[in-house]
Amino acid sequence: MKKLITIILLFLLNISSSYALIEVDITRGNLDPLPIAVSPLHVDVKSEDVDDIKVKNLGEDISKIIEKNFRFTGLFNPINKEAFVQKPDIAHLKPRFEDWRLIKAQALVTGKLLIKDGKLKVEFRLWDLTASKEISALAFTTTPSNWRRVAHIISDKIYERLTGEEGYFDTRIIYVSETGPKNQRVKRLAIMDQDGAQVKYLTLGNELVLTPRFNPANQLVTYLSYFRNLPRVYLLDIETGNQEVVGNFPGMTFAPRFSPDGKKIIMSFAKDGNSDIFTMDIETRVVEKITENSSIDTSPSYSPDGKYICFNSDRSGLQQIYVMKADGSNVKRITFGKGLYGTPVWSPRGDLIAFTKVHKGRFYIGVMRPDGSGERLLTENFYQEAPSWSPNGRVLVFYRETKSGPKGKGFSAKLWSIDITGYNERQIGTETDASDPSWSSLLSK
Amino acid sequence: MKFETNLNKIIIVLFASLALSACSTAKKSDNGSSGDVYTGKDTVEYLASGVPDRVFFATNRTSLTTASRETLRKQSTYLRKNKDLNITIEGHADERGTREYNLALGERRANAAKDYLMTYGISGKRISVISYGKERPVNPDSSSLSWSQNRRSVTVKVN
Repeated sequence: MKKLITIILLFLLNISSSYALIEVDITRGNLDPLPIAVSPLHVDVKSEDVDDIKVKNLGEDISKIIEKNFRFTGLFNPINKEAFVQKPDIAHLKPRFEDWRLIKAQALVTGKLLIKDGKLKVEFRLWDLTASKEISALAFTTTPSNWRRVAHIISDKIYERLTGEEGYFDTRIIYVSETGPKNQRVKRLAIMDQDGAQVKYLTLGNELVLTPRFNPANQLVTYLSYFRNLPRVYLLDIETGNQEVVGNFPGMTFAPRFSPDGKKIIMSFAKDGNSDIFTMDIETRVVEKITENSSIDTSPSYSPDGKYICFNSDRSGLQQIYVMKADGSNVKRITFGKGLYGTPVWSPRGDLIAFTKVHKGRFYIGVMRPDGSGERLLTENFYQEAPSWSPNGRVLVFYRETKSGPKGKGFSAKLWSIDITGYNERQIGTETDASDPSWSSLLSK
Repeated sequence: MKFETNLNKIIIVLFASLALSACSTAKKSDNGSSGDVYTGKDTVEYLASGVPDRVFFATNRTSLTTASRETLRKQSTYLRKNKDLNITIEGHADERGTREYNLALGERRANAAKDYLMTYGISGKRISVISYGKERPVNPDSSSLSWSQNRRSVTVKVN
């Protein structure tokens, strides 16, 4: 993943948002998604095929990925290409605005690409059809195998220009792939692009693995493995495949996450029936005990500034969410609603904590402010848990399990996403059943 | 980093169990929610004739019922007779809780059984514990019955 895409900003025009007439409000459920036309990128005739990439189709393929990203947000409504009225190369030079307005588009994306000497050169432009002007443009060069990321980076730039928020398309999700019968699940770590493409399996399924989480730079993953039947927190380098046990604990370690600076892993350590929260500095190996309580303390998650930790504890008798300072002082319970609360995870924006709530046999994904006020339940189901934030703090991914019949018949586990507005709930397609998703940060940042 | 020895815990548990053995209403004191503890024999296996391998728990609870204590006393008698035998106690939870909390819950259930065996003279060195949380249901249905069968700790022979 170190092979970071090289982005060369050639020109970036008129970025001041005061000029734009079109904008998309993402702070509420969008009942009127913005009609947008994504023209296939024009493929330069001088382009050469590389490896298994058919350059002739690449312009079309990239535009389709952009359209899928936009459709998935619920904020945009990509217009059917059959209605398009201008050829990609001409539209990219200067669209006939009135023709595009005729098919009810309010924004238009055009672009062109060239593969030459083993390099992929792409440029795109975003046009405001209401104001009849170009409002964003970008050109960059990368290796041809990165073409999907090109589509995601373009999507991010457009999303940012139109919503005023950072995008989240050039990202990946790590999760646990599940196969086999419910009482003998085979679980493997898997990683995929945010849109479900390019799945890679990182473990073979020989041992049970759970709860993978990215570090802030997205090269390391911490997770729980039952290797040799000893449940311990592991650290995996995705690029090299190297893995190691985190710390030297004489018992189960679990529920790991990275600190926001990536220097520490915070996790639970269970011994003699008591689970407490510890941190380990990855470089110095120094271990610190953060909580000391005879209750179960688990599911710790740092605030993005690293000053606070939210966590799950049953010290009141049943599962509730607490917040404390990063050194373990000033512990405060923040959930007082009816039911049980678990899996707290702090938004990357710092403004909210997402959680799972269990009440009267139903499972909810919700958000609340870090002081516990403003609780909002976004979705209810038979079983769902483990929310993880998109890097812009606008979308949650989580997993949902179905109720199963005798012998576990009909059981499935799938990944879902929902906007924090409570709208736009969608299943994320995966090859196998899936659980424990964790969203990366933006790869190109 | 330092870890406490088990000694303090053993002594405390020993006193606690002496107190409980004199008190026949112990079951009622199980936090008032022993109502959904499985009491049947389905799914139960045996370490030896008349020695069940598992005990069951109420939802979100880790305390032992009177029936569970009886089962564990049988296990301790069997283990005293078979001095070379080591065991692993597996702690499990049902599917109706969040994964990470359930891992902790399973660990606590396994330790509840371990502590009880130790009060009956079984050395902690012979007992290892492992929690599977909700990962290894014995009954994969989504029903109250199966959930009660899955909230369990199971004693498994190691050698």
